[in-house]
Amino acid sequence: MIRFENVGLRYGLGSEVLRDLNFAIDWHSFQFLTGPSGAGKTSLLRLMLLSLRPTRGLISMFDQDTATLSKDDRANLRRRIGIVFQDFRLLDHMTTYENVALPLRVLGKGESEYRAEVVELLQWVGLGERMEALPAILSGGEKQRAAIARAVIARPQLLLADEPTGNVDPNLGQRLLRLFIELNKSGTAVVIATHDIGLMDEYDARRLVLHEGRLHVYD
Amino acid sequence: MSMIEPVETMAEPWDDLDASPALVRSVPAAAPIVPRGSISGRSLTAVVAIMTFLAALTTGAAMVVLNAASDWQSEVGREVTIQVRPTPGRDVEADLRKAADLARAAIGTADVRVYSREESARLVEPWLGSGLALEDLPIPRLIVIKLAAGARPDFTALRQALAAQVATASLDDHRRWIGRMRTMARTAVGGGIAILALVLAATVLSVTFATRGTMAANRPIIEVLHYVGATDVFIADQFQRHFLALGFKGGAIGGGAAILLFAVVEAANSWFAGTAGGDEIAALFGNLTIGVSGYVAILLQVVFMALVTAFASRHTVSRTLKTID
Repeated sequence: MIRFENVGLRYGLGSEVLRDLNFAIDWHSFQFLTGPSGAGKTSLLRLMLLSLRPTRGLISMFDQDTATLSKDDRANLRRRIGIVFQDFRLLDHMTTYENVALPLRVLGKGESEYRAEVVELLQWVGLGERMEALPAILSGGEKQRAAIARAVIARPQLLLADEPTGNVDPNLGQRLLRLFIELNKSGTAVVIATHDIGLMDEYDARRLVLHEGRLHVYD
Repeated sequence: MSMIEPVETMAEPWDDLDASPALVRSVPAAAPIVPRGSISGRSLTAVVAIMTFLAALTTGAAMVVLNAASDWQSEVGREVTIQVRPTPGRDVEADLRKAADLARAAIGTADVRVYSREESARLVEPWLGSGLALEDLPIPRLIVIKLAAGARPDFTALRQALAAQVATASLDDHRRWIGRMRTMARTAVGGGIAILALVLAATVLSVTFATRGTMAANRPIIEVLHYVGATDVFIADQFQRHFLALGFKGGAIGGGAAILLFAVVEAANSWFAGTAGGDEIAALFGNLTIGVSGYVAILLQVVFMALVTAFASRHTVSRTLKTID
């Protein structure tokens, strides 16, 4: 699904924050991406989300060389990827329902087409009673679930989650992990960036460990 | 939902928080992706309203001048004058009669009026004072010819006939005055178009700056849209829709105010008709009305300003998005 070959990344004229990355993410796979704070986990996720370009190396996604893609092609590839941010990035002027429906609106679907689907997913993640709530009045856990629902509503083939349990208590963290595992069972490849050792110990999965800009893979 | 159907084996992960069906039915319609209310949005609405008001005033003023000039032209153009100069050794009264007969016989003449000696004296009274003995001064006598509506008079033939039979008479068809009025009207319209161009340029610049401000304020929205796979065209569409609504709102306020102003002026004009001041204004500016075509022009300007706002914002958004990877 995703292949990195000798990928390096630097910001401006600084030293490389990621270097010589060689790894692959397989279809339907589940992995944790971990490493100390500042190791480059978010940068690596942004490379996978096509919101950053590598300074060297080759990244191929869904059998396409990302360096040769047009801006519209990159947008179309992003539609196959769901992303959950640590800071949620919900749009403040939209209700939970509208935030979750956003990817479907971007796909050009009308409300009559996606309404039932969004409502069903919101109920599934336990936000059935918070559909009309604005993000400002949601709790941290509710925001996180809304962000996850938005990431999966368009049925992505790859789900990237950046510290999805960073702002929630351990109990809620475990429940979110259960949610990701179920999504993976339904066919979505999952990459969870976390430095929460406890969370990783909950589920036996492949670990991608970033250390001093290099990636070590533990299958 | 097929994506989560395989999860059936798992009990609802958040079943303790499930929604009631009643709440499901009350989900509101989708909100605009670019939020409606913002300080820059309100400022832009005010700017578009002011610009549309100024544009409508300019258009209305140009139309009043055009209508007045057209009235003057048709009034002046419906009359021609024959001047008969008194010459020693000739009977000016006989020349007047002869010239009047020629005028009556000319094509397109509706009425011929020979100004009497007293009327001629009254015409020059403001400059020369009263109690004049016209016989002592070589003051020309006038014959005013009213032309029939739609007639095509042959001034060349009349001029030739006068030259042959009344050597002291000359025909003035007022062409010089009509030419001057036409020039004045064209100048007024040209000035109006120049002001409209300036108003348009100011509007485009205001919209460009407002769009940049709105984009900067909504940067997180643009980023999220990019992350969920929105193309630049989709994002530009959202901003264009947002600014089209603002443009229509501002245009409707400015255009509505201008329409109200012209309606009040028109009503005041008819209230004061017949009074001294009203007659002075009517003599200068005609009826001070922009007519149905003027109101239609203002409404079209409202639409035009909204479209200018929308397209200027789209252009700015598209250019800005090109710089964002």
